[in-house]
Amino acid sequence: MEKDNNITTLVSEDEIWAALEKVQDPEIPVLSVVDMGIITSVGCRMSDVGCTTAEIVMTPTFVGCPAIDVMKKSVYDEVKKLGFDEVIVKADFDVQWNSDMMKPGAKEKLEKFGLAPPPSLDGGELTAEQLDKVRCPHCHSTDTTLRSAFGSTLCRAIRFCFNCKQGFEQFKPIS
Amino acid sequence: MSNAVKELLYKMADDALIIGHRNSEWTGIGPMLEEDLAFSSMAQDKIGHAIALYTILHEVLGEADPDTLGFKRTEKEFKSCHLVEQPIGEYDFSTIRHFLFDHAELLRYESLTQSSFQPLAQLAKKVKGEIKYHVMHADTFVKQLSNGNEESKARMQQALNNTWHLALGIFEAGEYELELTSNNIFIGEAELKKRWMEKVTPLLESYGLTIPATDESKIAKGGRKGYHTEYLKPLLDEMCEVTRTDIDAEW
Repeated sequence: MEKDNNITTLVSEDEIWAALEKVQDPEIPVLSVVDMGIITSVGCRMSDVGCTTAEIVMTPTFVGCPAIDVMKKSVYDEVKKLGFDEVIVKADFDVQWNSDMMKPGAKEKLEKFGLAPPPSLDGGELTAEQLDKVRCPHCHSTDTTLRSAFGSTLCRAIRFCFNCKQGFEQFKPIS
Repeated sequence: MSNAVKELLYKMADDALIIGHRNSEWTGIGPMLEEDLAFSSMAQDKIGHAIALYTILHEVLGEADPDTLGFKRTEKEFKSCHLVEQPIGEYDFSTIRHFLFDHAELLRYESLTQSSFQPLAQLAKKVKGEIKYHVMHADTFVKQLSNGNEESKARMQQALNNTWHLALGIFEAGEYELELTSNNIFIGEAELKKRWMEKVTPLLESYGLTIPATDESKIAKGGRKGYHTEYLKPLLDEMCEVTRTDIDAEW
């Protein structure tokens, strides 16, 4: 029988993506690494001697993100379960993450979780105006203000809602 | 050419690590909770930038691993500028330093997005988005404090007077400026200083502050060559204390 060098007959890239859906960002437990848009490349191959390899590349949301090692390990564990002989998980900045890379639906999940989602930057640079109009995730009023651009994690800002008189956190827009 | 790139990366990484450590000294003692969080978050960002730069030195240029570069070098081997190694002092000094340093950082990383050295250009595209938040924070507080009451205004002017010659030391020329500029790796410290002056001068003046007169002989140089003030050694002693208790321990 002719040897098939393409592992997709065994495990498809779609199945790897499905496995990645199970890996959460430990700081934002309602979003998977796929929702976050931090998976920049997925590939799989078989060597001449039949060794199967999956390779996943991720890009951190923030350069100093302390969760990246945990996520790399979780990605490794989930993909390994698919039966690959070898799983390589890398994190680099070849593709630079920005908050517009979140997948459709991710922002709704964030808001339900109580974290205001980042506004769309439409591929442009962050401006001070984009920090103005942010909807409160609790009462949906836009009568809110930025209290601090720095919060409990690198990706969060602290805001206050004048309508429901509650403090809340926002996932920061980042360009 | 790799020596030129190494020189550039070392001074940038060392600046980021040392200012990151200084920022972290505000953790728990910030003048208000939000500022405590801000300096702590910026510390985390800066140390992240240092690790990313040390990682390029290690993976692309064959230098030691990031932990070794961060924790196992001597004072003389650090190429940070004198500005970042100063103790945090009072909040006025830390805020002015943060303003002067981060405006230089933003301009540096913005220019490096065009660098012909690809690993640095890619990292710069990421880092500049983070530094933008640091600059917005610095602008907000320098503006507010400079327009507060008489005391706050006087303290901000005094802090600026005490810090200006240190900030100019950021731009101390290295050995390889020509090589870096002619190969489009970096615009060079002289051009960066020009852009920085054009940026911070009108901003500070719009806040009602006066730019101190500059005496060339007072500019705090030497850091880029490994000559430091009395403050770096104690910082390294503290930062590296745990590592040094068992230098070869595996974590």
